[in-house]
Amino acid sequence: MFPATFDYHRAETLPDAIRLLAELEDAKVLAGGHSLIPMMKLRLAAPATIVDIGRLAELKGVRPIGPRVAVGALTTHAEVAASPVLREHCPLLCEVAGKIADPQVRNRGTVGGNIAHADPASDLPAALVALDGVVCLVGSQGERRVEAKHFFTDLLTTDVRPAEIITHVEVRAIGRGTGSAYLKFEHPASGYAVCGAAAIVTRGANGRCSDAALCFNGVTATPLVIPGAAALVGTGLDDAAIDGVAAALVVQEPMSDVHFSGPYRVALARTYAKRALRLARDRARA
Amino acid sequence: MATVLGSSIKRREDPALITGDGKYTDDFALPGMAHAAFVRSPHAHARIGRIDTSAARALPGVLAVFTGADVAKSGVGGVVPTCWLHPGIKTPAHPLLATDTVRYVGDGVAVVVAADPYVARDAVDLVDVEYEPLPAAVDVERATDEGAPIVHAEAPRNISFEWELGDRARTDAAFAAAPRRVDLSLRNTRTLPCAIEPRSAMASWDASTGKLTLRMTSQNPHVHRLLLSLASLGLPEHRIRVIAPNVGGGFGSKIHHYPDEALVSFCAMQLGRPVKWTATRSEATQTDAHGRDHVTRGELALDDDGRILALRVHTYAAMGAYLSTFAPAVPTYLYGTLLSGEYAIPAIHVKVVATFTHTAPVDAVRGAGRPEATFVIERLVDRAAGALGLDPAEIRRRNFVPADQFPYQTQVALLYDSGNYQGTLAKALEMVGYEALRADQAQRRTQGGRLLGIGLSTYIEACGLAPSQVVGSLGAQAGLWESAKVRVHPTGTVTVFTGCSAHGQGHETTYAQIVADQLGIGVDRIDVVHGDTEEVQFGMGTYGSRSAAVGGSAIAKSVDKIVAKCRKIAAHLLEAAEEDIVFEDNRFHVRGAAAKGTGWGDVVLQAYLCHNLPDDVEPGLEETTFYNPSNFTFPFGAHVAVVEIDPDTGEVTVLRYVAVDDVGHVINPMIVDGQLHGGIVHGIGQALFEQVIYDETGQLLTGELMDYALPKAHQVISIELARTVTPCPHNPLGVKGVGEAGAIAAPAAIVNAVVDALAPFGVTHLDMPLTAEKVWRAMQSGRRL
Repeated sequence: MFPATFDYHRAETLPDAIRLLAELEDAKVLAGGHSLIPMMKLRLAAPATIVDIGRLAELKGVRPIGPRVAVGALTTHAEVAASPVLREHCPLLCEVAGKIADPQVRNRGTVGGNIAHADPASDLPAALVALDGVVCLVGSQGERRVEAKHFFTDLLTTDVRPAEIITHVEVRAIGRGTGSAYLKFEHPASGYAVCGAAAIVTRGANGRCSDAALCFNGVTATPLVIPGAAALVGTGLDDAAIDGVAAALVVQEPMSDVHFSGPYRVALARTYAKRALRLARDRARA
Repeated sequence: MATVLGSSIKRREDPALITGDGKYTDDFALPGMAHAAFVRSPHAHARIGRIDTSAARALPGVLAVFTGADVAKSGVGGVVPTCWLHPGIKTPAHPLLATDTVRYVGDGVAVVVAADPYVARDAVDLVDVEYEPLPAAVDVERATDEGAPIVHAEAPRNISFEWELGDRARTDAAFAAAPRRVDLSLRNTRTLPCAIEPRSAMASWDASTGKLTLRMTSQNPHVHRLLLSLASLGLPEHRIRVIAPNVGGGFGSKIHHYPDEALVSFCAMQLGRPVKWTATRSEATQTDAHGRDHVTRGELALDDDGRILALRVHTYAAMGAYLSTFAPAVPTYLYGTLLSGEYAIPAIHVKVVATFTHTAPVDAVRGAGRPEATFVIERLVDRAAGALGLDPAEIRRRNFVPADQFPYQTQVALLYDSGNYQGTLAKALEMVGYEALRADQAQRRTQGGRLLGIGLSTYIEACGLAPSQVVGSLGAQAGLWESAKVRVHPTGTVTVFTGCSAHGQGHETTYAQIVADQLGIGVDRIDVVHGDTEEVQFGMGTYGSRSAAVGGSAIAKSVDKIVAKCRKIAAHLLEAAEEDIVFEDNRFHVRGAAAKGTGWGDVVLQAYLCHNLPDDVEPGLEETTFYNPSNFTFPFGAHVAVVEIDPDTGEVTVLRYVAVDDVGHVINPMIVDGQLHGGIVHGIGQALFEQVIYDETGQLLTGELMDYALPKAHQVISIELARTVTPCPHNPLGVKGVGEAGAIAAPAAIVNAVVDALAPFGVTHLDMPLTAEKVWRAMQSGRRL
């Protein structure tokens, strides 16, 4: 496994990284290297230049910002899974990060790298969208904020512009009365999500549902938002109401490959909608 | 000391392997070593036009680029041969590099050598090959259709050979008269061998002596040396040294002789400097010989009580694009001969049509033919149980070869030496709690929810490969005996030289146990040498669960000769008759006079001092045996899989796996258990996850482990093992072999369990792998009764 020749630059500061990306021909950002390096070794990618941002400390870590939480782009999946701040304010992200691949990948792979690669079967995107996430970028033109639901534009394609770097993502904190869950059906070979369901439900003071979100990885080319989850608002989140949302679920253009067909992915989505919403509800109760 | 045989001493191989001190082929380097990389066909079938290597040659650091034409010009043998021939078999030449036509994705077209592996890989992309893509024959059965694309002009309808065994007329007559019949059409999935260490070779050429040294990933270095000499390189055999250092698994894939290792040697000889190549995982999935790939129709004739009257089997077996080393043996003498299973079947007929396809060659992968045979008979027996309303355990009991009828001659050539099939099944059913499980299943079927399935697989295998005369009569171009040299050093320590070259099985430990038991010395005083044609006399290698039964027996016989010579010396020293000398607890004494004796060390030393030896005894203490087994060995057992199916997703979960195996005497229970664990997981992998997929154009869609689902630790469960012991009656150790048992038994156990769970939906068969979607679809289209 020998990649093609490339130049390597290590960025010392964020402005330094942006300048390198702007100036160098055909440059790619290297963070944890768990998508880019395998692709280079398979020669599916052969960038002329690598800009390694791995040492930019300002892109690491988790911090609360008012009712939201910011997660630095270089924070590893293992750090997200174990973060006390996230466990307190956004356990959904911990749950998702803990289900990504295996410990070796989680120890190196980063939040920013994961979403920049935008694998449709990856685990983070659905949760980011369900959490009203915002992807924060910086480039030579300054800072930019893109809502997660608009960030993933197609298969392996995002709204990141040339010479832009993801600095962090922001998600809403999950408060009292809210429960969340991420359940996935794994591809038996890769561990990627054939269907990954991120569900969030909130019970209001009256015990009725006041907010519900449901989003999938793996089913369509970009995270699949289920607007129908809103039908839960005002219900008691009983099984029948949840099953109704699951049964009504419609998927346009499900992905299909030699391993799992479109119709099967839709069937999985209905089952996982039910299971993830019920689990989120049970956690909200607790 | 008396208990060393049968004790779970830790594998002496492991400390080095676990701590990273193991030395695999790729760990070796020599001064001036260059690196090879292969230009491989991206097409399954194409005519080759011009090959332009000029840009690659011009790349700084590139030392040479060789094409098939260059190999042909050099005058070396230039081919890889087939070592198993059937009457009428078509054996198209398999050149080291394709010259006019490529026949599978991964077929070699050129080899690049550079001082640096990165440059070699860059240069591969600079070799410009003109291809005219052609339609491909991919499916093993449809390849024989009129008008199907042809792989080799000399094999019309892509048929390499047709092979039959058994009595067709008697079988047809039995079917015609039978009150009950069941049939089954099935596919046995094409699988990858998937050794963790990919194939690797490092060759160095000494022009002054005309000697080639090749370190390579080999399960049988002497066989590789022989084929390199005879067919590929044209070098005298005694001037080739093949060394297999630590080898990281093989599962059959490192038995076979491939073009690549020969080409690495060719490059070293042409350039006069060492050359190394290690396959990438992509190269491994494309070019390591694949396994299985059968399309079969099987039929059973039965009486109204479920007694089997006859079995008829027709199989299309894939050979791939070329005949690999032992490929023709796999769907014939390792398959057709095993179709009787554990059952007394009065009439059997099997026909096999072996076809070429534009795919990677197919050859032995763990079990090699025997998993396929077991799958056919075990699925058919379950099918018959379903059709006749019998419990799957009961129909098996009614048809087992009774324990008092051994040796038992089957209708398909084999003579089963010993067995107690009722015994293993009874024990397995008791361990799993069969009656309670059936009750649980019945209850669940009335309640809905997760579906429970119980699957049996009562298997037999023929291993300890093999009586040379028998395999010779069946087409082998080799004898399958084994050799062992036992050298006792003057201080009484021992070195064993075995032709069974290990690749992870723990031979160094188990062979030391055999010798320790016979001589009564500690295992730490015995070393085992294997894997080097210069150190070891000759050997046929490690595969076919033969290393204990054949390799171990050769060692035991050599030790017997050592003891016999020592007894002679001891008798002389003790001034007693030879027949009165008793050897026990590492000491020779006169029968009935334990005090009158002499120690092992004194006798051994005397053999070397030669101061006081009998006249007819030569000095030194070293004995060699070439042991040719008189029969195969026949391990058997009963496996029970308990599975649960998620009714919403079709996901199969294995809840329990109980295996009761009879492998004869056990030398090291821990190693035997480990082999069973690995084999069973291998079989579960085939049943649930693994499948090589080529599309219609012959593109390999499962070329990486991201797509090809090898089972991982979290996908399998703790396996419950037990044993019965029915010793092999015809080898000195009473051992049978265990390396393949799990892979042979498990696919049928798992599939039988899943089909059992799905019975309420009217499902009577599903082909492997039993992916969640396949099971889900079966439930969607089925009816819940």
